Amino acid sequence: MPRRALTGNEAMAEAMRQINPDVVAAYPITPATEIVQIFASFVSDGLVTTQFIPVESEHSAISACVGASAAGARVMTGTSSQGLALMHEVLYQAAGLRAPIVICEVNRSLSAPINIHCDHSDTMGSKEAGWIQIYAEDSQDAYDSVIQAIRIAETVFLPTMVSTDGFIISHCMQGVEILEDKQVQDFIGPHRSAYSLFGGAPITVGPLDLQDYYFEHRRQLMEAMNTSLTTLDAVNKEFKQKFGRGYDIIEEYKTEDADHIVMAMGSTCGTAKVAIDKMRAKGVKVGLIKLHVFRPFPHEQLKKALSKAKFVTVLDRSDTASSMGGPIFVETRAALYDQMPKILFADYIYGLGGRDIDIEEIATVIEKGEKMKLQGKVEKPLDYIGLRE
Amino acid sequence: MPNLKELSKNAGLFTGGHRACAGCGGTVVINQALCTAGKNTVVCFATGCMEVVTTIYPYTAWGLPYAHLGFENAAAIVSGVEATYKALKQKGQVKEDWNFIAFGGDGGTYDIGLQALSGAIERGHKFLYICYDNQAYMNTGIQRSSATPTGANTTTSPAGTKIQGKVQRRKNLTEIIAAHDTPYVAQANPAYWMDFTKKVEKALKTDGPSFINVLAPCPLGWGFAPNKTIEIGKLAAECKFWPMYEVENGKYTLTYKPKKEMKVEEWMKLQKRFSHLFKEGNKEMLTNIQKDVDTKWETLLKKCE
Repeated sequence: MPRRALTGNEAMAEAMRQINPDVVAAYPITPATEIVQIFASFVSDGLVTTQFIPVESEHSAISACVGASAAGARVMTGTSSQGLALMHEVLYQAAGLRAPIVICEVNRSLSAPINIHCDHSDTMGSKEAGWIQIYAEDSQDAYDSVIQAIRIAETVFLPTMVSTDGFIISHCMQGVEILEDKQVQDFIGPHRSAYSLFGGAPITVGPLDLQDYYFEHRRQLMEAMNTSLTTLDAVNKEFKQKFGRGYDIIEEYKTEDADHIVMAMGSTCGTAKVAIDKMRAKGVKVGLIKLHVFRPFPHEQLKKALSKAKFVTVLDRSDTASSMGGPIFVETRAALYDQMPKILFADYIYGLGGRDIDIEEIATVIEKGEKMKLQGKVEKPLDYIGLRE
Repeated sequence: MPNLKELSKNAGLFTGGHRACAGCGGTVVINQALCTAGKNTVVCFATGCMEVVTTIYPYTAWGLPYAHLGFENAAAIVSGVEATYKALKQKGQVKEDWNFIAFGGDGGTYDIGLQALSGAIERGHKFLYICYDNQAYMNTGIQRSSATPTGANTTTSPAGTKIQGKVQRRKNLTEIIAAHDTPYVAQANPAYWMDFTKKVEKALKTDGPSFINVLAPCPLGWGFAPNKTIEIGKLAAECKFWPMYEVENGKYTLTYKPKKEMKVEEWMKLQKRFSHLFKEGNKEMLTNIQKDVDTKWETLLKKCE
């Protein structure tokens, strides 16, 4: 398998080239611009047969994508931050119309103040939109997950976003194993959609759905989300079996004997693994759970994975501004509410606006967690890493 | 040029039994457009009156493929549909020729959807955008839009004791779209079906984007009896408030010359939305409205020379 040095953006664009979607409608935004830019050069060089729509806004990008998907096209786009926020209302429309669109998303903070660097506020703002959300740890993960996303989206008819950490993954080069074009095409198969405007019947897409039917249609969407975990798992297993690598919905690292678990998403997982190795060398029984999928929220998997934990340190790269902590913290605690004996949790908001997080900082919060575990009490359930206060 | 007999063959693509108000001008616009376009047409729709009354699930008035998403993105949706058509045709998965028509009301076109429309036209998609201009947000209960004429009483520009309806002038959307160097742009009126259907036919034959701004008299919002829709439409053309013209690759042509001299207030008098302007003390407003109509007409005539 050829190995190439690629940035996250290049890896995602390369996956898009190999997928060769029917339609791509996109708009530039830092740090996702390169995905669109590289893809545009594939179009200009005749390396894809895609109809490329260089739209005038992200709102139109995703609207054109939904139109194209309704017309029976395999559709992709790329965006980040304010772009995803501008798409917000249409994200719901895409999910409601069961349009299996795939977005290559690059995580970036939201204004104000304006900042172009990484945190997860953008995709967390869209977590209730009815989209499957996959968070990649590195460029290889991003490349593989984009290919898997096509299969997943077109099986459960739910739109799917695969995100990478802005600049940390999107702009950093890494060795990435690239599949053959044919392997990608064989894996994704021909495009599947639930309906098509060109399908022969004069269908009405997006009708007014009132008190007598709306609820049932939304319930179907909920059910698709409920059952999509099985599909996510099956597609990953098949990918693993064919290509020798894959990404479980939650990845457990050194958790077998651990009573203290660190939870994280995205590029921080790599840093956390090194911090965990370091703490293990000191005799601390700590492990990591990498959440690869945040939507649907893998609550059953987490219940199982955390069944032996006494203490959980959550690393959240966004805040919900609810005064209750970050989204991973809030949702994991809710998932484990019925679990006995009670697990102690501490949440750390970190890295907003691209602030770096290092091994030492993670090691320090693990140490803090160890103390709280021994005391059997959490002094400060919500704290911050690397923040001046 | 289509004749009535030919047009009637396509009756039923937009069926009756929908829930529009009696005398709705918008439905006449749609019906005339679809009778001209025929069944191999995909319709994309902006949220608004016509979308609401024609698609209440599980019923639909549309006998052809139809898609609606939101208020401001009809032109973006049609961009995606048209691009898909090209992609699937290239693959041999779609064989027949198709027309693409996006519809929006004045709210969805002059206001919230203007950016998406501007973008879609600049990108050169082959589609026709029809704005059914009923001159206010009728669906939500007659709020002013940038298409609402000066002086009109709406629920967000109410005629009160100090302010007499909408203070501002209308946005000239047709000229804005013409300024995009759009290959085909026209203004039409369902009261002149032959003129309108001819324009739809020309628009659909255009190799690129086309736009028709169609006046859609609204009995409820304008305040006239439901059996007067066509008459109100006719008089809007006669008094020069709504000139009918087309711009083909930059060339302006007046497609209807009013038969007699008629003041705009004669047309306004027939509509309750302007009734306050006929009260004492508001004469100046009427004079200014007439001046504005005259100036615009003269400017248009010069362009048509």
